[in-house]
Amino acid sequence: MWNYTDKVKEHFFNPKNAGVLDDANAVGEVGSISCGDALKLMLKVNPDTEVIEDARFQTFGCGSAIASSSALTELIIGRTVEEALRLTNRDIADYLGGLPPEKMHCSVMGAEALHAAIAAYKGEEWADDHEEGELVCKCFGVDAAMIERAVTVNNLSTLEEVTHYTKAGGSCQTCHEKIEEVLETVLARAGKEMGASRAPAAGLVGLDAIKPLAPKAPAPATAGKMTNVQRMQAIMLAIEEIRPQIQRDGGDVELVDIDGKDIYVRLSGACSGCSQSAGTMMGVQMKLVEKLGEFVRVKPASLMPAGV
Amino acid sequence: MTGIYLDNNATTRVDPLVLAEMLPLFTEQFGNPSSMHGFGAAVGGKVEWARQQVQALLGAAHDSEIVFTSGGTESDNTAILSTLEAFPKKREIITSVVEHPAVLALCEYLEKKRGYTVHRIPVDGKGNLDTDAYDRALSENVAIVSIMWANNETGTLFPVEELARKARAAGALFHTDAVQAVGKIPMRLADSAIDLLSLSGHKLHAPKGIGALYVKRGTRFRPMMRGGHQERSRRAGTENAPGIVGLGAAAELALHHMADENTRVRALRDRLERGLLAAIPNCFVTGNPDNRLPNTCNIAFEFIEGEAILLLLNEHGIAASSGSACTSGSLEPSHVMRAMGVPYTAAHGATRFSLSRDTTDAEIDTVIKVMPGIIARLRALSPYWAGAEKAPREFAPVYS
Ligand SMILES: Cc1ncc(COP(=O)(O)O)c(C=O)c1O
Ligand code: FES
Repeated sequence: MWNYTDKVKEHFFNPKNAGVLDDANAVGEVGSISCGDALKLMLKVNPDTEVIEDARFQTFGCGSAIASSSALTELIIGRTVEEALRLTNRDIADYLGGLPPEKMHCSVMGAEALHAAIAAYKGEEWADDHEEGELVCKCFGVDAAMIERAVTVNNLSTLEEVTHYTKAGGSCQTCHEKIEEVLETVLARAGKEMGASRAPAAGLVGLDAIKPLAPKAPAPATAGKMTNVQRMQAIMLAIEEIRPQIQRDGGDVELVDIDGKDIYVRLSGACSGCSQSAGTMMGVQMKLVEKLGEFVRVKPASLMPAGV
Repeated sequence: MTGIYLDNNATTRVDPLVLAEMLPLFTEQFGNPSSMHGFGAAVGGKVEWARQQVQALLGAAHDSEIVFTSGGTESDNTAILSTLEAFPKKREIITSVVEHPAVLALCEYLEKKRGYTVHRIPVDGKGNLDTDAYDRALSENVAIVSIMWANNETGTLFPVEELARKARAAGALFHTDAVQAVGKIPMRLADSAIDLLSLSGHKLHAPKGIGALYVKRGTRFRPMMRGGHQERSRRAGTENAPGIVGLGAAAELALHHMADENTRVRALRDRLERGLLAAIPNCFVTGNPDNRLPNTCNIAFEFIEGEAILLLLNEHGIAASSGSACTSGSLEPSHVMRAMGVPYTAAHGATRFSLSRDTTDAEIDTVIKVMPGIIARLRALSPYWAGAEKAPREFAPVYS
């Protein structure tokens, strides 16, 4: 299951500006049904002010494709054509609080549709209207210009990232060499080098939207602020607290040494050597972790490194 | 989690009766079955009983033909690798284009890195195996045939018995990945030419991480895991005793519920399918509707994408699955949909509902009720729907 942000879900479940715009004067269509996603963006641009007064979309695709389309329309309505042209796929992804790396191509599709629609409005030829043969990736109909835009805007440096952002190379893989050539050229122009594949897609994965796990119990206020002496006393105190319980079982526990995160104890009486001694150690460890608010390991004194 | 769980081909709920059988093995009967004391003996006896329970479900001649493993993937890998090692001079493998990755990825590796020749037998538009191509591929150079009993995406059944007889005649071993079939259709391996068969616990209401490989008596076998003498040295490693006991109990329950699966569950599935086909235009059943598992129904919806369908179903608490590219993290629709040549207008919208004996009438009613709205909602967003030719009933897809 994808980890979509709340914002993505909001725009998927309740998309804004979905449908047909009857009086559109600029339309951009990208993608295709065989590729698995497609977007038709319709704009109503005021010819006097060049302001995008309305925008609608129709999308065939997954949750993030629909959310990206919806976000795109929200981002451009009310802006001038020139302002809109400065938007990148990054802006769409950021607006949504991030997209999973494998889904970044949905935001790229949004940006491509916007550029296509504006080109249509200006009566220009859209760079994506390439001739057969110019395509870098035939499976997904991706040309060098699109790869270049994705690489520049998103600071991509590996083949894998290019696939995540543009889909290029994600099927038969015969185009990998050509993609790497484009990547190298673009990076060389920026004075950079191609990275090894599998580098994490920095920053854009929406990690910021993932909340850190809430700690189960609040750590003691002293955690992190204890001096060495306080810490030692806390450990001794904790061991004293567990002793009666162990003594009840006919055994005993004794603190031998503290070596950073390793705390050495000696079990004696019924506990030593019995099959449950590992369990007793675990119990002591749990108690100490709880009292100290930090992770420590309790080990038998027999495991102490020589010379300690 | 509560909700309507129709994704039983992905995994099933552990039956509470299975769990109850397993629990004592964690804290009370925790001995090592190989140990020479009472703790071990108690567990050893249970493991052997579980073996007989699985033997009964498969209709196998001997309980020693059952080797416990960690699941379907390990069983598939073991069957193929064992056979290749046992017949080092035979350098060819036959499989099908629609196998699970547990078989396909291994075959691809063997082809690329070990120089084996792999014949991948194609299927037709309904997912039926091209048996002529199979006959042509068989020869004395083939070490093993690995062809699934039932497909996990469409439920389509392959004629494994007939295929196994032909393999035997050609001198090849026959393995079947029966992970989806075991427990859903009756089996009698004692009277069969199948040499090796994989099954997985978590598809039949036992836990994940336990499975078995059936190895017919007399079949040449080379272990993949070497070590202790467990499982008659065919799979070393201390037995997953709780899992094995769970699998045994699940096997017994599956036998008990087999009739229900093939009557009540099948009727529920058919009702779901009829209901959806009648209420939703431009959709069709993928795979072979006349020859498939009783619990599986895979419907392809034109002009919309599977992940979006699943997200909206999830809002209604309904869990299903999709062969769409977007749900798998790959960029292409499932290899099974592509292999059948399902038209690209619908391949991305293929949705699988897989029922179980836990499925109720009321749950099916709910799905039939909410699904048309979900499809209509996504189609309203789709740029292709308005211009599409509408086929309210009897939609006939054009296969490529
Ligand atoms: C047909 C088939 N084979 C093999 C497997 C793998 O089984 P396991 O998950 O137990 O490794 C599955 C389950 O996903 C399956 O459906
Ligand atoms: S041409 Fe690029 S993946 Fe096939």
